[in-house]
Amino acid sequence: MRELRPAILIFLVLTVLTGLIYPLVVTGIAQAVFPRQANGSLIVKGGLAVGSALIGQPFAGPRYFWGRPSATSPFPYDAANSSGSNLGPTNPDLIQRVKADVGRIRAAHPGKGPIPVDLVTTSASGLDPHISPAAAFYQVERVAAARGLAPAAVCQLVERHVEGRWLGLIGEPRVNVLELNLDLDR
Amino acid sequence: MTANALLQIILYFVVLLALAKPLGAWMARVYEGKSLFGLDRILGPVERLTYRLCGVRAGEEMDWKGYAFALLLFSVVSLIVLYLQQRVQQWLPLNPQQLGAVTPDSSFNTAASFTTNTNWQGYGGESTMSYLTQMAGLAVHNFGSAAAGMAVLVAFIRGLARRNAKTIGNFWVDLTRTHLYILLPLALVLALVLVSQGMVQTFSSYKTVPLVEATHDAGGKPVTEQVLAVGPVASQIAIKQLGTNGGGYYNVNSAHPFENPTPLSNFFEVLSILLIPAALCYTFGRMVGDTRQGWAVLAAMTLILLPLLALCYSAEQRGNPALDRLGVDQQSSASQPGGNMEGKEVRYGITNSTLWAATTTAASNGSVNSMHDSYTPLGGLVPLFLMQFSETIFGGVGSGLYGMLIFVIVAVFIAGLMVGRTPEYLGKKIESYEIKMASLVVLIMPLIVLLFTAIAVVVPPGLKGLANPGAHGFSEILYAFTSMGNNNGSAFAGLSANTPFYNVTGGIAMLFSRFWLAIPTLAIAGSLAKKKLVPAGPGTLPTHAPLFVVLLIGTVVLVGALTFFPALALGPIVEHLQMLAGGN
Repeated sequence: MRELRPAILIFLVLTVLTGLIYPLVVTGIAQAVFPRQANGSLIVKGGLAVGSALIGQPFAGPRYFWGRPSATSPFPYDAANSSGSNLGPTNPDLIQRVKADVGRIRAAHPGKGPIPVDLVTTSASGLDPHISPAAAFYQVERVAAARGLAPAAVCQLVERHVEGRWLGLIGEPRVNVLELNLDLDR
Repeated sequence: MTANALLQIILYFVVLLALAKPLGAWMARVYEGKSLFGLDRILGPVERLTYRLCGVRAGEEMDWKGYAFALLLFSVVSLIVLYLQQRVQQWLPLNPQQLGAVTPDSSFNTAASFTTNTNWQGYGGESTMSYLTQMAGLAVHNFGSAAAGMAVLVAFIRGLARRNAKTIGNFWVDLTRTHLYILLPLALVLALVLVSQGMVQTFSSYKTVPLVEATHDAGGKPVTEQVLAVGPVASQIAIKQLGTNGGGYYNVNSAHPFENPTPLSNFFEVLSILLIPAALCYTFGRMVGDTRQGWAVLAAMTLILLPLLALCYSAEQRGNPALDRLGVDQQSSASQPGGNMEGKEVRYGITNSTLWAATTTAASNGSVNSMHDSYTPLGGLVPLFLMQFSETIFGGVGSGLYGMLIFVIVAVFIAGLMVGRTPEYLGKKIESYEIKMASLVVLIMPLIVLLFTAIAVVVPPGLKGLANPGAHGFSEILYAFTSMGNNNGSAFAGLSANTPFYNVTGGIAMLFSRFWLAIPTLAIAGSLAKKKLVPAGPGTLPTHAPLFVVLLIGTVVLVGALTFFPALALGPIVEHLQMLAGGN
């Protein structure tokens, strides 16, 4: 068993290298060069953190744009317990849930056409900060009416919040719901 | 397929294949002990100090048995240490959330999972593992298990390249050099790129922010705050992507915005999944002295992946017919990705979700950026089927290519049978010993997967964890054992697998499929190294030509399809027909 000594010792040395030195070096550089990103991309208002630009929050009231349904428990958008619904496409629970959401959204948006799919499907993380531009424009009239604003003004605000693909190529166009709603409240 | 989807996928493969040659050449230099343009001068002292501290005689090479023994010893030591680390994490530092000890069965499963480069996760990261366990336990294994896989591959390549040789390298040297000159530099650069995109990297405790609009929990109690789980994430995610590990920091893996914040971070993460497996094909060609051999293998892998990726994409983009009937708009347009968005994030849409699903299961990575359990039946069939090719389509770092080279030997053997000649590969005669070992490698995986699936669908503890009824439930169990039995680690995550039944059976499956494959592979390496070179004659089958690529693809697909088609028919295919019929 003369190989036992190298086996144990090399495991220890590699643990120090990859488990301590490497993450400490990454943390050191990250905190020095990208402090905002490395600490959760917090949105700070008046010296106080009011949320993270990367993590969605639950919105259900008429005065706000709604994000995607969230499957986290015990409450939606629980950022300490990320989770998807994991419901399969033929699962009756999925169909029932979507049916209920469709009814609720229809009632709040009379006269609108088919609902953009991301508004009635849960995200993979349960924390998706984004909705599609289609889903944001869908809600413009409701939010405008609840706030007594002109729909055109709200529409312009949404347009300002549409993020395109990276270099027009990578990813998908999207709207950050929390940032949009914080802007509405301003 | 939309024009943008096509462009994104083309861009991905162009960048991947363009990087295969430079990185592959670099890795060949690392394993051949050549100079490394200055990096060896900086890290050389660390390397030599490691050998001195650990009593490694770097100049001494091992025969295949010695090499396999060292691999096993290293794996046993790391398995035991990781098990103990989880059991006592409540007494160790760097645990600001004061998370308690992990249960014995879950600790065993996770230790087996990370030692075998599987990274199946029965637990939810942010609610189970302390910072120390994540960083100095799990992330260490992300490096170690990847490096061990690459070491076995390099030993196998030496077996092919050498003649009349007894030895195939020194495991400790290969392990150390892989860490120092390949994995650590790549991971450091990638981690910082990911942080720049918004991935967190901190040791402070979880952050609390107020909610703009209060909500309430399941019991009706008001909730006014949100706790943001943070931690040393980027350092772990970089190696998890590069080392085909896949074990994420958070429960939902790279779907979590802190683990994959932007489309650009997603591009780098999904590129990293196939980066080293693709480049190793070039390393292989370089080390056997004929780069065409490496390109031929890489071509076969790519040609199997592309049509399956297209199938996955089109099934998901078509969406769920049941939602159409409810008045939901699933059409792709300029202002929405459309398609089956259940379990997917808006910033990735259908294109980047399915690109990830296909690459992560082609490689034995197993990280996810969307929930495979919520895929349409055919969309979910693709990742399942890709794993069932014994993880040889790119596969794990090292393990994927040696698995593929075993299929090459089988293909050469079949070709030899057809024309009645003794088969040979790269000038080495393939004889009955090699074929016996290769058969072991090819047959053990389906046996493990199908046997455990069969047990799980008839015993109550196996059925208890199901989240979805009917055919989809069967798919969940088949997916779980396919994933563990191929060291992938992704899941149809609705299955509640953190139970003694799944933890123990899965742990056994993972250990078998890793070491039962690695040891016969090394045995073949030892046997090939001893052989002399047969000069190529007019009857030699050229193994770099398109004809052989087709033969290799046929062999891999046929073995995978024949073995698993009955099981696939019971799961995703039945569900697909049910979905089309509109029944549940």
